[in-house]
Amino acid sequence: MDTFIQLTLSGLSNGMVYALVAVGFVVVFKASDVINFAQGEFLMFGAYLCFAFIAQFGLPWSLSVVLAVAGCAGLGLLVERLVLRPLIGEPVISMIMATIGLSSVMKALVNGIWGPRPRAFPSFLPEGNIEIGGAVLGLDRVLVVVVAGLLLFVLQWFFKTTREGIAMRAIADDNQAALSMGISIRRVLAVAWALAAVTAALGGMMLANMVGVGQEVSHVGLRVFPVVILGGLDSIPGAIVGGAIIGLLEQYTGGYIGHGLNMIVPFLVLILVLMIRPYGLFGKRIIERV
Amino acid sequence: MRSGVFFEKYSEEMALRPYPLQRMRLGLFALAVVIFPFIASPYWLSLANQVAIATVGALGLNLLVGYTGQISLGQGAFLAIGAYGSGLLTLRMDLPFWLSIPIAGLITAAAGLIIGLPSLRLKGLYLAIATLAAQQIVEWVITHWTWLTGGTEALVIPSPKLFGFRLDRDFNFYWFGVATAALAALFVANLMRSRVGRSFVAIRDQDIAAGALGVNVFRTKLVAFATSSFLVGITGALIAHYRTIITWERFTLDTSITYLAMIIVGGLGTINGSFFGATLIVLLPALINSVGQSLQTTVPAAARILPFVQQGAFGLIIILFLVLEPEGLAKLWRNIKDQFKVWPFSY
Amino acid sequence: MDSANRPALAKSLRRLLSVNNIEVLYEDVILVLKGLSLTVREGSICALLGTNGAGKSTTLKAISGLLRTERGAVSDGTIDFCGERIDELAADDIVRRGIFQVMEGRRVFEHLNVEDNLRAGGYTRPRGTSLARDLERVYSYFPKLRERQEQQAGYLSGGEQQMLAIGRALMAAPKLLLLDEPSLGLAPLLVQEIFAIVRRINEEEGTTILLVEQNAHLALEVAEHAMIMEGGRVVLEGSADELRNNADVKEFYLGVTQGGERKSYRDIKHYKRRKRWLS
Repeated sequence: MDTFIQLTLSGLSNGMVYALVAVGFVVVFKASDVINFAQGEFLMFGAYLCFAFIAQFGLPWSLSVVLAVAGCAGLGLLVERLVLRPLIGEPVISMIMATIGLSSVMKALVNGIWGPRPRAFPSFLPEGNIEIGGAVLGLDRVLVVVVAGLLLFVLQWFFKTTREGIAMRAIADDNQAALSMGISIRRVLAVAWALAAVTAALGGMMLANMVGVGQEVSHVGLRVFPVVILGGLDSIPGAIVGGAIIGLLEQYTGGYIGHGLNMIVPFLVLILVLMIRPYGLFGKRIIERV
Repeated sequence: MRSGVFFEKYSEEMALRPYPLQRMRLGLFALAVVIFPFIASPYWLSLANQVAIATVGALGLNLLVGYTGQISLGQGAFLAIGAYGSGLLTLRMDLPFWLSIPIAGLITAAAGLIIGLPSLRLKGLYLAIATLAAQQIVEWVITHWTWLTGGTEALVIPSPKLFGFRLDRDFNFYWFGVATAALAALFVANLMRSRVGRSFVAIRDQDIAAGALGVNVFRTKLVAFATSSFLVGITGALIAHYRTIITWERFTLDTSITYLAMIIVGGLGTINGSFFGATLIVLLPALINSVGQSLQTTVPAAARILPFVQQGAFGLIIILFLVLEPEGLAKLWRNIKDQFKVWPFSY
Repeated sequence: MDSANRPALAKSLRRLLSVNNIEVLYEDVILVLKGLSLTVREGSICALLGTNGAGKSTTLKAISGLLRTERGAVSDGTIDFCGERIDELAADDIVRRGIFQVMEGRRVFEHLNVEDNLRAGGYTRPRGTSLARDLERVYSYFPKLRERQEQQAGYLSGGEQQMLAIGRALMAAPKLLLLDEPSLGLAPLLVQEIFAIVRRINEEEGTTILLVEQNAHLALEVAEHAMIMEGGRVVLEGSADELRNNADVKEFYLGVTQGGERKSYRDIKHYKRRKRWLS
C-alpha cells in the first residue's frame, strides 16, 4: 500500500511537469497547427539560463527565474519571427522539419555554451520531506505540483476570458473569419510562441531542480507526445489529465513490472489512442483522418 | 532542318533519359564514379561509401514521404530491422550476405506493413506521431530483446565476401555500394512511371480524389510502406555489413531525422534529390571537421566546439532550405540546367 | 440611441467609401474585377446586386483586405475610406479604421460559445472600452442571442448564427458594415427579421451598410441606393426606386415583365442570352 501511494505521488508530480510542457505544446498547436518538436529544447534552454544566472553570475534565484523566463520568451518570439512565420501555409512535413532543425540548433547552442556534461542545479526549492499516508514525498516535488497547478489554472483563465486568449481560440477555429474581425494572426502567433517558451522555461527549471541540468532535460520533449495525444492535441484540460495519466502509468509500470517497460508504455498508449480515438480524451473531433 | 528532339518510336519516348544531353551527363557522371576510387584517399572513399548507402535509404524514404506523402519518423526503426535482420542471418544461420541482404529487405517490408497500418486511419501530423511511437517501441525492443540482438551490446558480424573478394576494404565495398545505389535509383525511377507509382503521387496530392478515381487508397499506402521499407531495410543491411558492427545507437530517432533532412534538403519526390541530399548531409560534418582541423593550430578552442558546430549546422541547413528553397537541391540543379539551356539569352 | 442625428447623417453627401477603378487579380492571373468603381455615402444602405460570379464578394474582400488570404490582390486603382487610401493596408488595420465584413456563410467560431464569439468581434476596440455595454447593445438587437449566451456557436440554428455574425460585427462598432449575403440559406421569414434589424442598426447606430445580395427584391426594399454588377464591373446604379422601376432590372433580377406578371425562368434566360449590358 505504501508503495502504491509513493508511486501515485511521484507519478502525479511527474505528470504535472509533463502537463506544463504539454500545455506549451498545445498552445502553439491551437494557434498555428504546428507541432513543436523543439519544446524539449526550450525546456533545456530555460533550465540552463536559470542555472547560468544563479551559478555563473551569482544572481539571487528569484531574479534569475524571472530573467530566464524573459530570455526564453524572447527566444520564442525570435523563433516565431525567423523560422515559423515564413512557413505559414506550408505542408505539415515542412513545419515538423523546421522545428526539428530548430531543436538541433538549440541543442548545439546549449552544448556550445555550457558544454555537454550535466551539471548540478543550484536547488532553490525547499528541501525536506513530508509524509502523506505513509509515503514520503520531497517538498520540492510538492511545490512543483503546486506551481504547475497554479500555472495551468492561470493559462486556463487566460484562454477563457482575456482578449488575446479568446482571439487565439478564434484563430484556431476559423483563420479567415478571425482575420475579418481584425485579429492579427502574426501577433497571436507571437503570443503563442512566447507562452509556449515561458511554460517550457518554468517546466525546465522545475525539472532541473529534481534531476539537475543536462541533455536529459530535453528528453521530456518526446515524452510529451503521448500526453498530448491522449489528452487531445488542442485541449488544455486534456494536457493536464493526460499528463497525470501518463505520469502515473510510468510509475506504476516501473514500480510493479519493471524491465524498463515504463519507458515504452506511454508510446503504446499513444498508438492505442491514435487507433481508437485520435482526437484524444478532450480534443475537438474534427481531425485529419482518411 | 530539325529544330528540336523528336521521338519517332514509342520506345524512344519511354526512355528514362530521352535527350542526348541527358545521356551525356549521365555518362560523364558514371565515368566520374568509376574513376573516383582510384584517385581518392581512403578517407574520401569511406565517405563515398556512406553516401552510396545513404542514397539507397534516402530513395526509400523519399518513396514514402516525398512521393506518397506519408510522413514517417520511423526510418531508424526500419534501418535497425534491416541491419539486425541481415546481420543475424549471416551470424546465426551462416547465410552469404548477398542472400541475407534481400531477405532482410523483405523482413523490413513486412515490418513496414505493420508499422504502416496506422496510415490507413491517420495522416499528416498524426501519422508522424504514430511512426515516432513505432520508432521508440522498436528501439526499446532491440535494446531489451537481449538473447537475439545482444541488447545494448554491439553485435559483431563477419565481413562480407563476394566472388571470393572480401569486401572489408572501402575500395572493394565501393563497387558493391555504388551498384546497389544505382539499382535502387533505377528501381524507383521505373516504379514512379508505372501505374503503382502514379497512384502513390495521386494519394499524396489528394487522397480522397484518388480514391474516387479508382485508386485503392488502403492498398496503395501499404504498398508504399512495404516498398519503401524494403529499400530502407536493404540500406540497414548495407550499413551492417559495411561496419561489421551493429549497435542500436545507429538507429535512433536522430537517424530518422537525418534521413528526413536528406530528402528535405535534396528535394521531396525526386531521385537525384535523394542523392544530392544524401551527399550533402553525409559530407557536411566531414567538411566542417576538416575546416575545424585546419583551424585547430590557430584557434585551439575550435576542436572543443566542433561537434556543436556540426549539430548546429545540420539544424540550420534544414531551416534554411525550408525557408529559402523548399524544393531543395534538386530545384537548384534544375535552375542551373535551365540557365545553360537558354544561355546566352538568360534573363 | 442617436436616432436624433440620423437624418442629418443620411442627408450628408459625404462619401464614406469610394472605390476607384480597381482591378483585382487572383493568383496573379485571373482577372476578376475589371475597373470597378463605386461610392458609398455616409449613413446610407447600399446594395450590390448581381449574378453568381459577377464579383460582388470579391469587391467586398478587396475593401476589407481579406483578398490577400485568398491569393488575390488589388492590382490597379485605389480604395479610399474617410479620405484615406486603404487598399494597401492589412486586414486588421482596416478593421481598426472602421470597416467590418460579415463574411458569406456566417463563419461563426463553432467551438466558442456565443458570448466569446461576440468578444472576439470586439477584439479591435481600444483597451478600456466596456465590452459589457457593447454586449448589452448587441443583445438588445438580438434577444435570442442572450438566451443562448453560453451555448457553443456550432450548435446554433442557421438564423441564430447569422444573427451572431452580425452581432459580432456590431461589437467592433464599425463605421461601415459589409454584409455578404445575409439571407444565404435562411427561411424567408427569418430573412425579413434579419433585414429589419439591419435597417434598425443603420438607423439607430448610424452605421453605413454595403450589402451584397442575391435576393434583389429584398435588397431593393431595404436599400436606398443600389448598384448592379456584371462581369466585374458596375453596369447600372441608382436609387432603389429607380432600379425597381427599371425595365431591365425587372426582367433580369425581379422576374416580372412590364405588364407586371411573372415571367417563366426559361424565358428570362433566353432573353438574357440575347441581350446583355455588356457583351
